[in-house]
Amino acid sequence: MMNTEFFIENFKEKYKSDILEINVRNQKRIIITITPDSIINIAAFLYTQEGFRFIIASALHTKKGFEIHYHFSKDSTGLILNIHVILDNDNPQIESLSNIFNASNWIEREMHELFGINFLNHPNQEKLISEGNWAEGVYPLRKEFK
Amino acid sequence: MSKKTIIPIGPYHPLQEEPELFRLFCDGEIVKDIKFETGYNHRGIEKLSESKTYEQVFFLVERICGICSSSHPFAFANAVEEIADIQITNRTKYIRSIIGELERIHSHLLWVGLAGHFLGYNTVFMWAWKYREPVLDLFEMISGNRNSYAMFKVGGVRRDIEENKIPVIQKILDDVKKKTDLLTGAVMDDPVIHARTKGVGILTKQDIIDYGAVGPTARASGVAIDVRKDDPYAAYPLVNWKIITAEEGDVFAKAQVRLLEMYESISIIEQCLSGLKKEKEGDISLKVKEIPEGIGNGRAEAPRGEVFHFVQSDGSNSPARHKIRAPSYVNIATFKKSCIGQTIADATISLAAVDPCYCCTERMAVAYDINSGERIMNAYDLINESLKKTDMIRRTINSK
Repeated sequence: MMNTEFFIENFKEKYKSDILEINVRNQKRIIITITPDSIINIAAFLYTQEGFRFIIASALHTKKGFEIHYHFSKDSTGLILNIHVILDNDNPQIESLSNIFNASNWIEREMHELFGINFLNHPNQEKLISEGNWAEGVYPLRKEFK
Repeated sequence: MSKKTIIPIGPYHPLQEEPELFRLFCDGEIVKDIKFETGYNHRGIEKLSESKTYEQVFFLVERICGICSSSHPFAFANAVEEIADIQITNRTKYIRSIIGELERIHSHLLWVGLAGHFLGYNTVFMWAWKYREPVLDLFEMISGNRNSYAMFKVGGVRRDIEENKIPVIQKILDDVKKKTDLLTGAVMDDPVIHARTKGVGILTKQDIIDYGAVGPTARASGVAIDVRKDDPYAAYPLVNWKIITAEEGDVFAKAQVRLLEMYESISIIEQCLSGLKKEKEGDISLKVKEIPEGIGNGRAEAPRGEVFHFVQSDGSNSPARHKIRAPSYVNIATFKKSCIGQTIADATISLAAVDPCYCCTERMAVAYDINSGERIMNAYDLINESLKKTDMIRRTINSK
């Protein structure tokens, strides 16, 4: 699995200032926490140069704020790379990836609808699931922390 | 902008019998644009999952979809076992793979039947569904259920496949193989089916990569991805098989990939059955005390493509967050590429070619007040909303 190690070294070198934490659980599961501003560069790099496939993104609402795990898969090695960002609790927003690949179009709409995360420059950020029948400003998957 | 005719397919699909709504924007015979509306099947499963224990979630995710009802528990088990770092026994691996592959056979037969039905080829429909029946009987014998098998749990499976059942399974597989030969011959050599499916609904390699499409949809366009090979789980690394691909990317290629995959599935099951004989009977489950804090990415290759489950555990007995990505979620989005520029008559089969599963695509939503935690809408409110809307539409129509 030289490939994975080589990739991490290369990635560290390239995005030194954007990486907050790297957690290598094993050769097939890596979680990299990055600064939200760098997501668009990193996603473009992974997709166009490294041949990663965008699986899906999972949004979470935790005490830290809103978190998104962008799951990328490198099918030739079986690696799942989670690009993890933490967003501000009061004004969650991040650059949309849908201008790089279409795969993220629906899930960003869904996250916007269910968590109220704003995706900047999304081509069409309308509701996906509850089109037109849902109260504005009510986000079903948000949590309340004491 | 020129005038376009809108042709709706839905809100209830007349052939697939599932709720969805496609609006085809047509100029004459040609589809110029497509809009997909969804949400009719939304059941709040991701949210519900947070209120269930790990044992209960299996029964919940099994009900996401009736056809891939082992793929979701499979991916969920992989995710949870990754968090807790559980190594399952070989016997469990074999049993899980047998269930997964039997499901692939019955699902592909179901699709071939439906595709025939879509093309007005009801003989294929009747045949395929008739041959699918013995596979469901096998499920009943193994798990007690024809569907929703309740076989999976963290660290193992719930029921064993005993020695005396193996010859029965083998016999039914032999039958299915013969029938598949028959069906493959009938479908692949038929000039009418060629005319209707070749060159229709083409997805290029670039489309697949752009939309992140998976499963037979991707493999029929020459993208050889399969979780069973790429990120092996259960017994797949222990047996010999190959990924079936085609280059054309049209409906015919997708049918071809699915039909040929059934032979691979039969071969995998046969190898698993002989592997099963070498393992000690009853060694199917490990004792799992608790799931530690952490996150897990689990995936499994469903008949329609990669199922992805992301589980975040906070150390309690239920998931803190459970994200589910079914294969149809990414595959349905490719309609924008496959249908535009086709005639209306070809649109239905192009839509059907990815084997869309609407109930997989949609999952959550119950409204709670953020401050009080009270449920804002209950069933009666929803019914009232629905009545109001119908009333409103009726009045608008009458006033015209």
